[in-house]
Amino acid sequence: MTLADLPVEPLHRRLGVTDDELDAIRARLGGRDPNDLELAMFSVMWSEHCSYKSSRPLLRTLPTSGEGVVAGPGENAGVISIGDGLAVAFKIESHNHPSAVEPYQGAATGVGGILRDIFTMGARPIAVLDALRFGDPSDARTRHLVDGVVRGVGGYGNCVGVPTVGGELVFDPSYQGNPLVNVMAIGLMEERLLTLAAAPGPGNLVVLFGSATGRDGIGGASVLASATFTDDDPSKRPSVQVGDPFAEKLLIEASLELIERGLVEGLQDLGAGGITCATSETADRAGTGILVDLDAIPRREAGMEPFEVMISESQERMCAAVRPDRWDAVREVCERWGLPVAIIGRVTSDGDIAITTGGDEIARVPARALTSDAIVHDRVASPPPHRRPAPAPGAPGEPIDRLPERGVDPGAVLLGLIGSPNLASRRVVFEQYDSTVGADTVAGPGHGAAVLRVKGTGKALVASTDGNQSVGALDPWLGAALSVAEATRNVSITGARPLGVTNCLNYGDPTRPEAFWQLREAVRGLGDACRALGLPVTGGNVSLYNEDPSGAIAPTPEIGVVGLLDDIERRVGPAFRDDLDVILSIGEVTAGLAGSAYAALAGAAAGDDPPVLDLAREASVQAFVREAIGRGLVASAQDVSGGGLAVALAESAIWGGRGANIRIPVAHPPVVELFGESPSRLVVTSPPRFAPALVLLARQYGLPVEELGLVGGDRLVIELAGSGATGAAEERGSRVADALEVRVSDLRHAWEHGLPRALGWEVHA
Amino acid sequence: MTVRVGVVIFPGSNCDRDTLHALRLAGAEAVSLWHEQASLDGVAAVVLPGGFAYGDYLRAGVIARFSPVMRSIAAFAADGGLVLGICNGFQVIAEAGLVPGALLRNRGLRFLGRDVAIAAERLDTPFTHALAAAGEPLRMPIAHGEGCYFADPAALDGLERDRGVLFRYVHGDGRRAAEDDRDANPNGSVHAIAGVISPNGNVAGLMPHPERASEGILGSDDGAGIIRSLVESAARAANARPAVVNAS
Repeated sequence: MTLADLPVEPLHRRLGVTDDELDAIRARLGGRDPNDLELAMFSVMWSEHCSYKSSRPLLRTLPTSGEGVVAGPGENAGVISIGDGLAVAFKIESHNHPSAVEPYQGAATGVGGILRDIFTMGARPIAVLDALRFGDPSDARTRHLVDGVVRGVGGYGNCVGVPTVGGELVFDPSYQGNPLVNVMAIGLMEERLLTLAAAPGPGNLVVLFGSATGRDGIGGASVLASATFTDDDPSKRPSVQVGDPFAEKLLIEASLELIERGLVEGLQDLGAGGITCATSETADRAGTGILVDLDAIPRREAGMEPFEVMISESQERMCAAVRPDRWDAVREVCERWGLPVAIIGRVTSDGDIAITTGGDEIARVPARALTSDAIVHDRVASPPPHRRPAPAPGAPGEPIDRLPERGVDPGAVLLGLIGSPNLASRRVVFEQYDSTVGADTVAGPGHGAAVLRVKGTGKALVASTDGNQSVGALDPWLGAALSVAEATRNVSITGARPLGVTNCLNYGDPTRPEAFWQLREAVRGLGDACRALGLPVTGGNVSLYNEDPSGAIAPTPEIGVVGLLDDIERRVGPAFRDDLDVILSIGEVTAGLAGSAYAALAGAAAGDDPPVLDLAREASVQAFVREAIGRGLVASAQDVSGGGLAVALAESAIWGGRGANIRIPVAHPPVVELFGESPSRLVVTSPPRFAPALVLLARQYGLPVEELGLVGGDRLVIELAGSGATGAAEERGSRVADALEVRVSDLRHAWEHGLPRALGWEVHA
Repeated sequence: MTVRVGVVIFPGSNCDRDTLHALRLAGAEAVSLWHEQASLDGVAAVVLPGGFAYGDYLRAGVIARFSPVMRSIAAFAADGGLVLGICNGFQVIAEAGLVPGALLRNRGLRFLGRDVAIAAERLDTPFTHALAAAGEPLRMPIAHGEGCYFADPAALDGLERDRGVLFRYVHGDGRRAAEDDRDANPNGSVHAIAGVISPNGNVAGLMPHPERASEGILGSDDGAGIIRSLVESAARAANARPAVVNAS
């Protein structure tokens, strides 16, 4: 491909640069026009993906400081100290559009890219969590995408030897044309080895190592990630990068050895924007410039245009600033690991990225013009006229909060929910991943947050990803705040203290006022929730233009949280542990079914609003459960989320292999009690002798606490008792609905077979 | 005196650190052996760890067998040296002909990462003597795409006759898994074979990962007995032959 092959239009527009942006480029070049190469560099660096030109003003409002924060937003990954001289590095990133075009490579390179962000900092990657979202699981294209993405995540992660320990798999019609592939990576490092992506010291060498540069991924960031999808367009396929996990594995080992031995002054991975991005960002951070010798860059093929070399997104490459006297040592390390390595330039003091070939200078641009001084757009935000979608034609006009009524077996509803594609076991997917390499996985995928021990200490890292798109579609502030609440809650119920938050914000076209309003509200919700919980946002990624001709995705705030468990022996899981343990409910049921799994299953628009989130209450619930676990009072802890209390109890029963007898005093309609998803609630079990202390502790935290029943038996039995009940309850006497009674083995069967059946993979079950 | 055990690092090995860790827990002085080195640094036993040596491009293990360290390991094995291949390491020693049979793609054609149960067929080997009992289920993870053990019928007959089967996939209660039992023998190995031992009894390979099941905190320490057997056998070998000859 050459520039001349692009369709006819002024070059800047063909590269996705608007007329206004061209004027802004001229202003940064002292009034002159950029040449074609410079324009190509700007087009990549000023893409939404690289520049955050729409989201940057919003992201500035997020809280970023907190206890132990070593590196925050702006670096490749957030880094937080965990004591003992160690620190955890973590970040989540999207690879949505590449995965829609070419699911295997899109997902694989998504894993590769986020891993590089981790080891660039000096941390050894120890875990990956992948949050995947697709359309209708019965649709042939969805199945093709799921299969390719899952194989891609596994194909890359398994080979590089980083365990995939968690994540999400969500089906929602809004992702039909635009799936989401968000990948979070976690690394462990010695704090003293922290390495920044900077190119300090004029006179230092700029060294490129790893794979040679080819034509793959030309314009991946600008073409794919920063524009609305028109279709499954095969012409975009060359824009998808191709991953080589074997090369990445060598790159990890070589990079960590270079850092360990103190051979590099700064290190940056090559991702979106390729060499242009790596050189301009590292120079800008250090207040230096870089003179690039284009001819010195190792190529995969002859005849590449300068612009192709400069913006190629060929994978598995790293760029280091190296003192001249250390070059021989750097070269020896790279060559021992079988990696091509070359000096491609020098650090200068003029602040410019200059490019030469054959002795001629063919481009010169201030580094900061490409990065920190890139254009920022003040987008228009306006809420939609209807905050919630109107009920579909033919849908029942009245609220569905009276279900399950007499005649509707609530047990059948529970079996339907627990076997539904969004709540059923993900085993058929995560069994395709290596979740135990590294020999640190204490709790892998499938049962709540992942737990990884830290060798040489008694500590563990705990991680979870969560995103609530269904409430986000109704109220983007609430969707984002709920996502933070749920992800942190999932970490807290193991006994771990959340350390920080990384986020991947998947939204629509920011030039549409409604989509930008959704983004703005989400960032506000993210910030409010993090402030309430006292947590820093240490980095993340914004993915916009998640739209296709049929519309935009449900706004999806994907939240990744890492927590620290000081004493791994104290950790608690969600499974029922012993018969006769006392089951307690912590928190309060509030009205609201909109956005719930029940509402989706019932196929009717809920006639009410989503439940209310009280962030102060959420903070108390999490502090309570951490203290209760720390004091050894808790046998199991589970949060109430998708599918409500009934599903939370059913999961604990399935995972613990034992039933429970429950009696719930109802204050709300039965369906809200059983399947409502009001937040800040837990199901906690306790050995009988500790139950009174646990109740007392909950009251000290000002939390509503209710004794629900006892663990035991081979069935989950839930009776709804009508004390203080609604009018409906009084009509029916003390039992307000038929008791729910299901065998645990039936629950397990429904839970295990739901997903393979939905995907047509039953043969693999 | 602690015994020195080597763990081979090929480009693409990714269980080398886990294996070094498990060997150290078992009391060994565990050292790494780089694929380009011909010397085995005086180790009393060699472990070939899991991973994707040379990316497993072409076929798992097929390129690794030509590395300098493998020539030395072949001579070490011929001289009676103890060699254990785990997962990708098993694939490498099978490709190199140090143990019989081959590893094919899993029957479902998908990578499989999950817990399985295996049982040792015999305890009179350097790799199993420290286990509590033959036939007792040992829980540990598998993580492989090419773990379906295969040998032709004649070779299988020989293997069974000569007690060359070291580990088999079993149910939780120790019953041997059927070949088509996707749950207990998920990769579809013939005769549910999870690991084999050479006729001389000094080279063994298995697909499951004992090094990932060597500590209770990881959910199972059933693999520790295998690692401990190897380390104790290596110590015995080192005492019997204080100067280990390096083939180079």
